[in-house]
Parts: sequence; structure tokens; C-alpha cells
Amino acid sequence: MRQTEVMVIGGGPAGLSAAVEAASLGCQVMVVDSDLKLGGQLIKQTHKFFGSKEEHAGTRGYEIANILFRELEENKDRIQVLSNTTAVGYYKEDGVVSCVTGEDEYFRVKPQRVIMATGAQEKMIPFPNNDLPGVYGAGAVQTLMNVYGVLPGKRVLMVGAGNIGLIVSYQLKQAGVDIAGIVEFMPHVGGYWVHAAKVRRLGIPIYLRHTIVEALGERYVTGAVIQAVGEKGGLAGEPKKVDCDVICMAVGLTPTCELLWQAGCEMVFVPELCGYVAKRDNQMRTSVPTIWVAGDAAGIEEASSAMVEGRVAGLNAARSTGHVTDTEFDARSSLYWKRLSDLRAGPVGEKIRYGISQACCGSWEV
Amino acid sequence: MEMDMLFNSGILTGERPGAEKPPQELWETKQNGLVIIECPQRIPCNPCHTSCPTGAVLPFEDINDTPRIDYTKCTGCTMCVAKCPGLACFVVDLTYGGADEALMKLPYEMLPVPEVGSEVECLNRYGEAVSKGKVIRVMEPWKDKTKVVHVAVPKSLVMDIRAIRVVK
Repeated sequence: MRQTEVMVIGGGPAGLSAAVEAASLGCQVMVVDSDLKLGGQLIKQTHKFFGSKEEHAGTRGYEIANILFRELEENKDRIQVLSNTTAVGYYKEDGVVSCVTGEDEYFRVKPQRVIMATGAQEKMIPFPNNDLPGVYGAGAVQTLMNVYGVLPGKRVLMVGAGNIGLIVSYQLKQAGVDIAGIVEFMPHVGGYWVHAAKVRRLGIPIYLRHTIVEALGERYVTGAVIQAVGEKGGLAGEPKKVDCDVICMAVGLTPTCELLWQAGCEMVFVPELCGYVAKRDNQMRTSVPTIWVAGDAAGIEEASSAMVEGRVAGLNAARSTGHVTDTEFDARSSLYWKRLSDLRAGPVGEKIRYGISQACCGSWEV
Repeated sequence: MEMDMLFNSGILTGERPGAEKPPQELWETKQNGLVIIECPQRIPCNPCHTSCPTGAVLPFEDINDTPRIDYTKCTGCTMCVAKCPGLACFVVDLTYGGADEALMKLPYEMLPVPEVGSEVECLNRYGEAVSKGKVIRVMEPWKDKTKVVHVAVPKSLVMDIRAIRVVK
């Protein structure tokens, strides 16, 4: 049985931030990540981030990952990193986490504290032939293209005009791939307006109030059928055939929360946070006192806020293991919460603010 | 309604807070040009302000504010053009060249990088080629792969042209 003071599950923006925060305060930290390389979605993000200087606004996502990697390196005496390692089970009877490295090395860890930064999974929508080769999640397209340098196809229909759909369309265009168009069910783009303007001026059409109704092809995608939707969401107008060899699905994410369920954390379904999330207090602690949550696992949001939530979780794990003075804790905590509240203050943060109000219990001590 | 849908799909449909034109008189005479920022949605983002060396992009009270500009301080330096994550800043120099000419300094993140002296297609907000333009300079202000391409364009199209495409 391996031991660690703080175990961070997930090495994306939230998990890495949590790990460096806790380690820089003196904790022994173990980070496990199921991917071959740390960084989560950050390493696929070739666009510059929004936010403020503190969250590295204006810096490309993969560069932000490099900044976090440098911080890991600075704290390497206290951080053990296990990539290609999946945390597959949490045993609430004794707080043991079981892990598998690769496909054969199985081991158990008994951490004193756990930070769940397990991120999110992509959603899918039902339509005929949606299992044909050529129907991709946007994350897979980004992995192929930006991590492995492989083009997914020649001409793409993007489904969903949230930030991911808009950004991946832009990245595809940068890679020389043709975009047949972006369909969006809502009467407005879901992502930032400036991202939409950026793809439109490259000649990529955005069809609002449209959806995909069918993928075409026998053995792989050779096209798609799209159709307008009416005021009440039903199909309206003539179906239109679109030539494409890739259908890229960017229709939203949902928090990855299996381990939180296994741990017996009190869970709540919050549509604004895109699925089931752990109830948490105002320091990101779940109903299980030794478990914190951060990042998309706590509710789908931006990487900028995930990084700050990671800091909050790491700081709290460090305090609960006696590594932080009250003065230091208060100083850092108020700084992080100020940054989170700034990031969530505007109209695009409204949904998040409401969602958090549904998931946050204030304090577990009554 | 139709205009709303157009705006909602990322096409600017007229001036609004966060997407305003510089004052004409100053603009006509300002060498090196003035910035036009087209950022009409309140989002948590402020690098246009933090990257501005002259204080022309005013401080944000709330990081979600849309940008406000003191045009008397803008030098057309393009630091914001290259920093903006939304590629929403453009510099237009109306004093450049002949009476019918203007210089636009546009953000560019595509390949190939245009060659100085070459002719490129100038694209409007829909991505339609509306004219040809001559590449005068290619800069990379932050050395971070975002180029700023200086392109000579017809003066009458400075409120239409927002991107370029290299002609193969």
C-alpha cells in the first residue's frame, strides 16, 4: 500500500494547480493522470486564453501547461507524478484509492487527503449513423491534430457553436482543413462573440437554429444532413445535404464524477453546471471531509477558473494537514476567491453563479 | 430580428458599446493610425488594457467590462492587436499613402505567412474577398506566433476589411 499526504486525481489545469499549491506549502503530493502526458486539455489549446494576467490571459493554453510543468519541477521533491495511471476505484470504508498504470500494474494508495480534479467528458446527441467512423468528439479532433499532428479529415461539419466548437473550427482552419459550417441549435452562439467573429471572417458559416439530423455514408462519413429548427425546437424547413468527411461534435461536456459517487460524496444534479456534481462548502470540500473537488469535475466552466479552484483545493488540503498558518491561509484564500468572483462576475458567468449557488452549502459544520 | 440573428452569429451590425469607431477628425490626421476594437460582449478578459503601453485602452473597473479607449493616447502600436485572445483589435491608419489608400494592421495566425510586397485578398466580416491589398510589413510584436500584417487597402473599405487571405 502506497501512502501520500495529498493525492490529486487528474493532472489537468485544476489538478496541476492543486498539486503545486499543496506542494509549495509543504505537502507530500501524488498526482495521477490517465493520459500519457500531463496537462489535460491545456496541451491541446493553441489559442490564447481569456481572463486576467493572473490566469495567464493572452497566453496560449499549451504555454500555460508549460508554466504549470515548471512549477511542478520547482516542487519535484514533494510531488510524485504518475501518468498513464487511472484511479479506478475509491473504497469509502477505508479511504483507499485503487489505480492501474498502463494495463497491468495495479496498486493501492492510502492518501490522507484527496483532490478530485477528474475533469469532464464530452456529450453526444442522438442521430442516425452517429456511430460511423468520421463522427468525432471535438476533444478527439484536438488530440489528433494538436497533440499528434494528424488531420482528422478534409472537410468538417462542426456541431455546436460553444467556445469549443468555435475554437476547434478555427484550429482546423489553421491546419488547412475546410469547414463546411457550424450548426448551432440555439438562436445565438454559445461561445464568446469574438470567437464567432474570428471564424466568420475566415468564411466559415454559422447556421443558428440548425441541427444535424443524420450522418451519411456506408462505412464512414461522406456527408451529413442538417435542418433548421423552429421556435419550439422541432424540425422546420427543408433538410440540407452537406458534403463532409468529418462530423465534429462540440455539444457540451459533463463532469466526470464516478469516483465522487464511489466515495459517497453527497451529489446534486445541477443543469447549469452540466450534470451531477459534488455538493461542496465554500472551500471546495465535499461532504466527505477528506475530499475536495476542483475544475470541470465540480461543474463545467473555463480553464481559468479551474486553475483557481485547484489553488483553493490545494490550499485547503495543505491547511487540513497542518502546513499553513491561519494568516497565510486567509491571505491566499481571499485572493483566490476574489479572482474567482471577478471571472464569474459578468453576464457569461450568470449561469455558473446560479449553478454554484445550487451546489454550494456554505459550510458543512452546522 | 434578422439583424439580431446576424449579430448573434458573430457579425458586427453597427456600432455599440465595445465596438465603436474612433472620432473621425482625429482619425484622419493621426499618423500610424488608431485602434478599432470590436468586442461588444461582456466577457472576463482584459489583455487589451494590460498590453497597452500608453494607457489608451482604459483600466477595467470590472474585468467583464467591454473596452473603452482614450484615442488621444493611442499610437497605433498594435501591441493589443497581437495580444487580444479574440483577435478583436485592428489598427487603421488613414494618413497612409494616397488619398484613396489606408493602411490596416491586422492580426494573423494562419499559414503561409504573407510575403512583404505580395498581394493578398482582403476579407470582410463574412470572409468574402472584397478587394486586393498589398502587404507592407509583417510584424510579430510579442514573438508568440501571432503576426500583425500591415496591408495597404482602399480607404473606402476600412470598415469592411477585417482579415486577409494569402492567394496561392
